[in-house]
Amino acid sequence: MSRLRAWFLAPSWLLAVATVAIPFAIVLAYSALSRGAYGGVELPWTSENYQRLFDLLYGAILWRSVWISAVATVLCVVLAFPLALFIARSPRKNLYLSLVILPFWTSFLIRLYAWMFLLRDTGLINTVLQWTGWIREPLPLLYNDGAVILGLVYGYLPFAVLPLYATIEKLDPHLLEAAADLGARPFRALVEILLPLSAEGIWASSILVFVPCLGTYLTSDLLGGSKTILIGNLIQNQFTASRDWPFGAALSMALLAMAGCLLWVARKRGQELL
Amino acid sequence: MTRPGRSLTLYAVCAYAFLHVPLLILAVFSVNQSRFTVWEGFSLTWYRAMFANRDLMESAANSLMIAVASTVFATAIGAMAAYALWKRPSVWMSGSLYLSLVTPEIVTGVSLLAFFQWIFRFVHLRLGMHTVILAHVSFSIAYVVVVVLARLRNYDRSLEEAAMDLGATEFAAFRGVTLPYLAPAIAAAALLAFTVSIDDYVITSLVAGVDSQTLPMVIYSMARRGVNPVLNAVSTVVVFGLGTLVLFSERLRARGDR
Repeated sequence: MSRLRAWFLAPSWLLAVATVAIPFAIVLAYSALSRGAYGGVELPWTSENYQRLFDLLYGAILWRSVWISAVATVLCVVLAFPLALFIARSPRKNLYLSLVILPFWTSFLIRLYAWMFLLRDTGLINTVLQWTGWIREPLPLLYNDGAVILGLVYGYLPFAVLPLYATIEKLDPHLLEAAADLGARPFRALVEILLPLSAEGIWASSILVFVPCLGTYLTSDLLGGSKTILIGNLIQNQFTASRDWPFGAALSMALLAMAGCLLWVARKRGQELL
Repeated sequence: MTRPGRSLTLYAVCAYAFLHVPLLILAVFSVNQSRFTVWEGFSLTWYRAMFANRDLMESAANSLMIAVASTVFATAIGAMAAYALWKRPSVWMSGSLYLSLVTPEIVTGVSLLAFFQWIFRFVHLRLGMHTVILAHVSFSIAYVVVVVLARLRNYDRSLEEAAMDLGATEFAAFRGVTLPYLAPAIAAAALLAFTVSIDDYVITSLVAGVDSQTLPMVIYSMARRGVNPVLNAVSTVVVFGLGTLVLFSERLRARGDR
């Protein structure tokens, strides 16, 4: 038995218990407690918080989160596929890959602000369009579902590219050449050979994009304005302004359960990571 | 593989433009004299305004302090964990790290907030720098482990065994043989931990106290208020700063792999 290994693992165990396990247990417990008079939690135990998830109002917000995430995911994967194909075929793979990953590491907040700068009523796009005379009144580009979807696609495109690239890169290039030799046009080769063989990558990148989209908070908060409330915003609101911690905890559990189910399906991918 | 065709290349150009042009536009307008979206000539007004803004400067100092502290802890703890996991995997530890990577930030944030509030029933403390640092250490460890473990995958186990056969203790073998081999990966991991710490808004805003306002929190409230050319200057500095760190980190990892 390695003594050293035990010592080396001890601090991360301590941290995992204190900052992952115990907080999780607390939220789980809170989700089944009643709301306290001053924002805390009280006994008795109740399932009311979970029942409220199915209220028409909250159900609509959950549903909205799901469909906005679904649209963003489809767009991400569709946009990422040709890009991944380009990188896999280009002679300077590492450079092009870095160019995809770089924006992912540079401040999510600022990247959202960049879109606010572009989409605002007095933003660059509206200013240019008005200046060229195409439009008279500014287009309402910001603070709607479309802006949120755009922000999500922009934010998570790198997530979609990586697994697709990993899959396409491993494919045998001769397959497409063979298809061409046998008379298949490029489009047919794409649909009948490239796409089916990339199914695993498409699946992985869909889940990798969908899960963070579902839990998004900042994108809908900044680009969606007050109209586009998603699960993430609802949770934040319960823990701050509304001070209804038990309901916020139940929402968190619901979100975790959804994310957990999806990742469970894709668990093979996840284990490659750690 | 066949070279990319012309239409594919054109598509890639557009995709890269989509990813990078919005930030370049911010950089261009950060040196614009006008406070509106019309070009009126080059000026460093907004950079001067940025340095004169006390909120921004104080929060930037807070952010740096938090990032340095959490990077030191996260890198040390994470590198040790990676080494331990390489010696013998632990499903529970990997699971817990994986969980911290995939849990939506907002859920991590509220659960840490609930945890701290619960602790404060017993301990006379309040939200502040220490809670922010603890939260940052907690969420950046997983990144460190991933990077260091990737480097250990290519490491020859017999090197340590040889050192121990020659009489080195387990720790001496780690220090003298493995640690130098890991150094570039550990540095790369530290840079990433620093980046995710200095960049975080969602979790930080939930566990920060009155005295621990960070740069992203100030940026957020400025962005909520709308038009502000100072924010273009701040964004440019942050994006270039973080971009440099990330490129540097990639370099270190690539050098390690060679």
